[in-house]
Amino acid sequence: MSNYLLILIIVGYLGFLFLIAFFAEKNGKSKWVNNPYVYVLSLAVYCTAWTYYGSVGIASQSGISFLGIYLGPVIALPLWIILMRKIIRISKQQKISSIADFISLRYGNSRFLGALVTFTCLLAIIPYISLQLKAVSETFEIITEDQGYASSSILSDTTFYIAILIAVFVAFFGTLSTDASLRKKGIIATVSIESILKLFFFLIVGIYVTFYLFDGTEDLYIKASSASNFKTLSSFGGIENGFNWLFTICLSFFAIFLLPRQFHVAVVENEEEGHLKKAVWLFPLYLLLFNLLVIFIAWAGNISLPSSVNHDYYTLLLPLQEGNIFLATLVFIGGFSAVISMIVVSTLALSTMVSNNIIIPYGFLKKMIQGNPEENSKNIKNIRRLAIFTLTIVAYFFYIIFSAQLSLYSIGLIAFVIIAQLAPSFFFGLFWRRGTAQASILGIVVGLVVVCYTLILPIVVNTVDADSTIMTSGLFDKDWLRPSQLFGVDYLTPENNAFLWSLSLNTLCFVGFSVSHKGNYRERNYAEMFVNYENYENLQEGAFVWKGEAYVADIKRLLYRFLGKQKTDRALKIFNRKHNIAETEEKADSRLINFSEKLLTGSIGSASAKILLSSVSKEKPISLVEVLNILEETKKTKANNKLLIEKSEELSTMAEQLKNVNVELREQDKQKDEFLDTVAHELKTPITSIKAASEVLVDEDMPQELRRQFLENINRDTDRLAALIHNILDLEKLSSDRAELNMKSQKINKTIEKAINGISQIAARKGVEVSFSQQKNIKGVYDEDRILQVLTNLLSNALKFTKEDKGKIDIKTAEDNGFVSISVEDNGRGIPKEEHSYIFEKFYQSKNQNIKKPQGSGFGLAICKRIVESHNGKIWVDTSYDNGARLIFTIPKSE
Amino acid sequence: MKKKILIVDDEPNIVMSLEYAFKKKDFEVFIARDGTEALEIAEKQFPDVVLLDIMMPQMDGYATLQKIKENKDMQDTKVVFLSAKNKPADVQKGLDLGADMYMTKPFSIKKIVTEISNLM
Repeated sequence: MSNYLLILIIVGYLGFLFLIAFFAEKNGKSKWVNNPYVYVLSLAVYCTAWTYYGSVGIASQSGISFLGIYLGPVIALPLWIILMRKIIRISKQQKISSIADFISLRYGNSRFLGALVTFTCLLAIIPYISLQLKAVSETFEIITEDQGYASSSILSDTTFYIAILIAVFVAFFGTLSTDASLRKKGIIATVSIESILKLFFFLIVGIYVTFYLFDGTEDLYIKASSASNFKTLSSFGGIENGFNWLFTICLSFFAIFLLPRQFHVAVVENEEEGHLKKAVWLFPLYLLLFNLLVIFIAWAGNISLPSSVNHDYYTLLLPLQEGNIFLATLVFIGGFSAVISMIVVSTLALSTMVSNNIIIPYGFLKKMIQGNPEENSKNIKNIRRLAIFTLTIVAYFFYIIFSAQLSLYSIGLIAFVIIAQLAPSFFFGLFWRRGTAQASILGIVVGLVVVCYTLILPIVVNTVDADSTIMTSGLFDKDWLRPSQLFGVDYLTPENNAFLWSLSLNTLCFVGFSVSHKGNYRERNYAEMFVNYENYENLQEGAFVWKGEAYVADIKRLLYRFLGKQKTDRALKIFNRKHNIAETEEKADSRLINFSEKLLTGSIGSASAKILLSSVSKEKPISLVEVLNILEETKKTKANNKLLIEKSEELSTMAEQLKNVNVELREQDKQKDEFLDTVAHELKTPITSIKAASEVLVDEDMPQELRRQFLENINRDTDRLAALIHNILDLEKLSSDRAELNMKSQKINKTIEKAINGISQIAARKGVEVSFSQQKNIKGVYDEDRILQVLTNLLSNALKFTKEDKGKIDIKTAEDNGFVSISVEDNGRGIPKEEHSYIFEKFYQSKNQNIKKPQGSGFGLAICKRIVESHNGKIWVDTSYDNGARLIFTIPKSE
Repeated sequence: MKKKILIVDDEPNIVMSLEYAFKKKDFEVFIARDGTEALEIAEKQFPDVVLLDIMMPQMDGYATLQKIKENKDMQDTKVVFLSAKNKPADVQKGLDLGADMYMTKPFSIKKIVTEISNLM
């Protein structure tokens, strides 16, 4: 392929990434940008060119040992639910924007420690970035078949321009805001896309090699097993190799937490803790997919390609050998994606660290104190941009000078070993209160010295003076000081040897010094806030212990310089409201100091924020005991407050419940009154009638015929009275569950027929037609007398409301889920919709105070309801029926 | 001239006794089963006294009383409530609306006849 075509493809691809980033920034709230999958895919920035090309190289030479690097993260991820959640919560609380901020803040916001961590990261990552550039350059060379490419001058080196383009991208999307703790959605979106592409293209070439060039995995195995060194390539090795495995796993375990780019994507860019849950299983799955076909590609390369080629690039060389330039280009784009995402996130994280932990606290603070907000914001952004370009260019030159003779795998491992030096300070700091800044500094420095001696020195020696005897006979000719076999351990790989001794000495120094030297109160304060973050989570600013004198006005002036007036005033207003502080308060307390520190931390880093605030306040030193006492007190006050709030909430719910019960009781009382009223009224009517009739009957002149009529009236009213009393007693009996039901399994059809017979005479007299659409014989379990009572009641009601000679009543039965439902419908005037809900109440009549219903006691339906309910059935009005009234009730079916 | 009385109640048995007693006292008796019917009759006959139940179908006793009072030609018509509602609040409401008397059920026919004769 021609140079220009490939350059065109690269530029096109970068343009596409710009668009993606632009879209994501513009639609920052969109679901496409904020979801757990984007989070998981951004974690896959772990897979760089080292994974993409280097794994195959290692697999082809030393078998499956490449897997160790991925087992560490796989083991670490389940722990994330606890560990990473803690880290994320602390970071959000403290507005932490990098691993350097995290470690330095933990140890009392130490400026020097922050700078040291940044330095360590630079030491590890710059060569790592340069290796990525090397991969781009070499793969470019392979695709274009341009052999003279690497030796040409910088200005004609495509890799240089690619590096610059990437730097422009980071500088643009990475510095949109001065607050480095804010999320950079544009960059993360592109990283996610790249993670998809690199995995996808890698799988394609893996499948192509395994199943197209060869006949699947078995074919490859048979062919590869004939090679002389096959056994070493496919086994774990002996016990000594076991140590190598163990250390490699440890290394990568630390790396997934500590690499600046991993910390950045996992912590700073985390939007929701909940996303962790997806990451715990999806990210290991991603790694698994990536490593699935590595060994087969390696075997295939070993079989089909001459051993003189660079084994790292089998994925490119295999398709090229077959003349498949298209696939090779796809592979190139995949690898290029891996490279860009790594460089982008790394330079972004490093530039924040360099500006916030080195440049600003050590040089620019004085200038910034005098600047206005716009200038300061511009300066901060420019410092970061400058850092991004400088980092990229330094990495480029490192690549030109050194990386020619190193493989992707070895430089990657060196980076891991260096980064691992942060592990003791980081992990102990999360769980152990005793660690101090000095101990952390000592540990890291010692660790770095050991790494330099055991890992970096040999490389430099090899490059500069190949004849030196230091490698073979050790420093000062002491055998146990041989860099790669320190203390006589000679079975570890150089990287694992370096890891073992550097980390051991580092940890020893850190722990030893922490135990023997007490830290100051500030360190102890932050130790509490990190280790027991749960206790201080809701305390927020209250967890910061500070004594001294400071004025709100001074602090305000300081904040104006960095945040501008508007933002400062708004932030302080919220702060005052949250803590119930009067706007007129002149003196600042510890909470305001801590709040302001946090406000500034995002822009200029925690170290600078602390320096600035101490410049406007006079802090009085406090003893360690005092810090602990104050913390304990704030915690207690907070806890007491919480308890009080809980108690008062409890009380108010209880009061609420009481009120509800009261209302209910009153309602019941009222219902009872109404019921009695109705009863009284209903009883009074026949009594009045009887009394009146008997009074007029005293008149002796009354004609005989009239007298007979009066007597008949009295008779009928007495019957009515008796029936009424019976009904009332019946209803009360049913209500209080005293009614004994004579439950039997019997045929419902028979009961219905009995009910129809009972009213047939009246129906015939009124000319109403009663029909019963018989179903197959359904059996129900019920008290027949009671159900007969219900049926008779419903039928009498229907009769009452249908017109003479035109009335029709129809009874239907159906089976429904273990119940028999019986409906009685008529073509009468129906029941008004608004009355449907209470026609079954015994107070039905009294609801409609003065308007009387036509005849009846008003108890009939109430009794029906009680009866049906005592059978565990239901009764209701079918609201969908509008041709009259349809009432339905259910009773249990017989099994 | 005979005094005219309009008895309004939906219970025929009660009405029958009242009708007999008032006829005996030489009243001209008219009967209505509910408020609507009562108004129709009252507007034609202008009774001297209306015996009015409160709980009736269609129009209740209170509304009927108001309609009667609205009619200029019936300003002198006496209205007597005859109801089973015997709570003080009910009685008060009836009197406030302008009833001349409020009697509760069950009542004594003799007493009603005497009281109404006294009203005349």
